[in-house]
This record gives sequence, C-alpha cells and structure tokens, in this order.
Amino acid sequence: MTPRRRRMLFIGCLLLGLAAATALMLKAFEQNLLYFYSPSQVMAGEAPEGQRFRLGGLVKYGSVKRAEDSLDVQFVLADCEDSLPVTYRGILPDLFREGQGIVAYGQLSTGQNGRLFVADEVLAKHDENYMSPEVAESLKKPDGASCMPPGMLNAGNREN
Amino acid sequence: MKTWFHQWGSPPHFYERAARWTPWFSVLALVTLAYGLIGGLVLAPMDYQQGQGYRIIFVHVPSAWMSMFIYTTLAIAGGIALIWRMKLAEVYIAAAAPLGASFTFLALLTGSLWGKPMWGTYWVWDARLTSELILLFLYLGVIALYSAIEDKRSAARAASVLALVGVVNIPIIHYSVEWWHTLHQGPTVTKFDKPSIDTAMLLPLLSMALGFTFYFAALALVRMRLGLLQRERYSRWVSDMLNQSQVKS
Repeated sequence: MTPRRRRMLFIGCLLLGLAAATALMLKAFEQNLLYFYSPSQVMAGEAPEGQRFRLGGLVKYGSVKRAEDSLDVQFVLADCEDSLPVTYRGILPDLFREGQGIVAYGQLSTGQNGRLFVADEVLAKHDENYMSPEVAESLKKPDGASCMPPGMLNAGNREN
Repeated sequence: MKTWFHQWGSPPHFYERAARWTPWFSVLALVTLAYGLIGGLVLAPMDYQQGQGYRIIFVHVPSAWMSMFIYTTLAIAGGIALIWRMKLAEVYIAAAAPLGASFTFLALLTGSLWGKPMWGTYWVWDARLTSELILLFLYLGVIALYSAIEDKRSAARAASVLALVGVVNIPIIHYSVEWWHTLHQGPTVTKFDKPSIDTAMLLPLLSMALGFTFYFAALALVRMRLGLLQRERYSRWVSDMLNQSQVKS
C-alpha cells in the first residue's frame, strides 16, 4: 500500500466515522432539535407538561378574537388532526392572520373548557411559496384551508 | 489526465492562467448581477404574502447557497491537499475560506433583517439558523487555524482536516428544514418538485446565484495568485518573472 493509498483510506474512514457519529448524535437529540410541537402532539401528551415550549400550527379561520380595550388576543392553532386554543397579550407580527402558520412560545394551562396555551411570544412562519398577489388570488380556495398545508410542518407529523 | 493534473498543479502555469481568466469571470459576474438585480428588485412582482419585503431573497438565498457551496469546495480541496499534497489546493483553502465566511455572514445578516418584519424576531435557535451559525464558526476556525501556524505547509494540513471534519454540517444545514420543525421555511428551489416560486422571481434569483459564483471565482483567483506569490517567493519562477517584468519596464 502506497502512502497515498493509506492517506486516502484514512480520510475515507474519518469521514465515515464522523458521519455515523453525527447521525447518532442527532438521533439522540431529536426531541431537543424540534423547534415546535404541533397541536396533535400536544394533545397526545408528547409536549413537556408544566414546562415552557413552542406550539406551531395554523390559525384557524374565524377563531381570532381581539379584546376591545387591551392587546389580549385569543385564537385557535390547528393542524390536520387537532387544535388548541391560545391566548396572548401583545403586538402580533405583520404576517399574523387567519390561516397563517404561527409559532407561539408559552406554556399549557387549563382554561374553562379543557386545555389552553398561554403564549408570551408569537412568531409568524411564512411558507416556501413565492407568487404574485394576482396568482395567489386565483389559487385561493373558497373556504380557505383550515388544515396544515404540506410545507408548514416540513417533515409533517413523522412517526419516530 | 495525469499530465493535466500535473500541469494544473504547477504554480507558474496556474498563476498565468488565473490572470487570464479573472477578467472573464468579472465580466460574467457584472452581467448576471446586473440582470439579477434589475429583474429581482424592479421587474419581479411582489409576493402575495410578504409584499415587497421578500425581495431580500435575491441576496439572502444566493449568499446562503454560496456559503454551503464554498465550504464543500474547501473540504474537497482539503482532501486533495491531504492525499495528493497538492500545493494549489492548500493555497485555495487559504484564499477561499475568508470569502466563504463573508457569504455566510451575509446570509445570516440578511436573514436576520428579514426575520424581524416577517417572523417578528431577529433570531431564533431553530435547526436551520443554528447550523448555519455553526458553519460560520467552522469557517472562522479554518481561517484561525491556518493563520495561527507559522509553517504554511502544516498550517494548510491542519486547516484541511478541519475543513473535512466540518463538512458533515453541510447536509445538516440543507436538510434541517425537512428533518425538524423549524421557523425557517422549507426549500423553495432545491427540491425534487417543481420550484414553488413564480418564474419572474426564479430567473433573477438564479441569475444572482450565478453572479455570486462568478464573483467568487474572480476573487478566489486573485487571492490564489497572491497566495501563490507569497508561498513561492523564494522559488525560481517568481524571480524569473520579476526579472522579466523589470526588463520590460
């Protein structure tokens, strides 16, 4: 074996080993790398109880209620399977609207009728579609999508 | 093939070729950047959701692509430098790493400026943003390692190892938005489906990406020539060349 061959083999093994180590590490940290949980994950009890976490979903059509004398907002975040009511006090990002993908940071508590997510930070997520307003208008579904579009959750609710 | 490899590995040969190629890359960069900027900032329609603000993609996306592309070339050059001990590959790493770091910084900066109006925050620790930040640190590590070691041969070898090790981060950056829930959007152009972007926006975007690549190529060639001169300052071909140019003037 020439020295060059040996170096080639060494670098090949180095890269393979690194790739394997990284893959295992990422697999182990999978839960921590999730930026947010979806409503169905929360309802299934996968989100940490009594701890602050992020909740991501679409703002359900017709669910946004603003208080008249304060910045309190109430809305429902939904994915294709489940939904969760959210309360928030503060200024919402420009992209916030019904049907928009939203990531809220806060914690679970119990409201009058079941679970309630109390958020203290609301971020808007935009999707990967770029088109002119005219095209968007012509594509618009009559009732508006209230279910998660494929791009919103990226990998979707993959089973691990 | 073997002679081609050897010819290209020869510093004087490369030095001369690179000088001839630089103006061509510069002109190509100017043309594609001009079309990309006019097409993107003036001609393309505004976005249905983000209005005019989306136009930052014409800088943000090409810089992010460049940051990953340049790092991949660094790793390849690192492999060549370690296996074949090719001097040019070592010079390439030193020349390209600061450029790659600049593109990474630009991608992070423009993304942050974009994030505030659209997402409502400058920065979040989601998988995409964090892995891109790690890429910046990898670049800085390569640069620091190369400059910290006096003997440039061993400096380049150390930097090559780091470049190779760091390359595992590249697929992580690319797939981060598919593997995990992130605030960052999923891929628009680099996916197997049809790109989900209006053609009037896509063409200037691709032109900007080409322009960034040509611009990088031109700069990298200039920096490599400088690096070669420094590394080879005691060698025959450099003194020959300098003597010749003195005779001429």
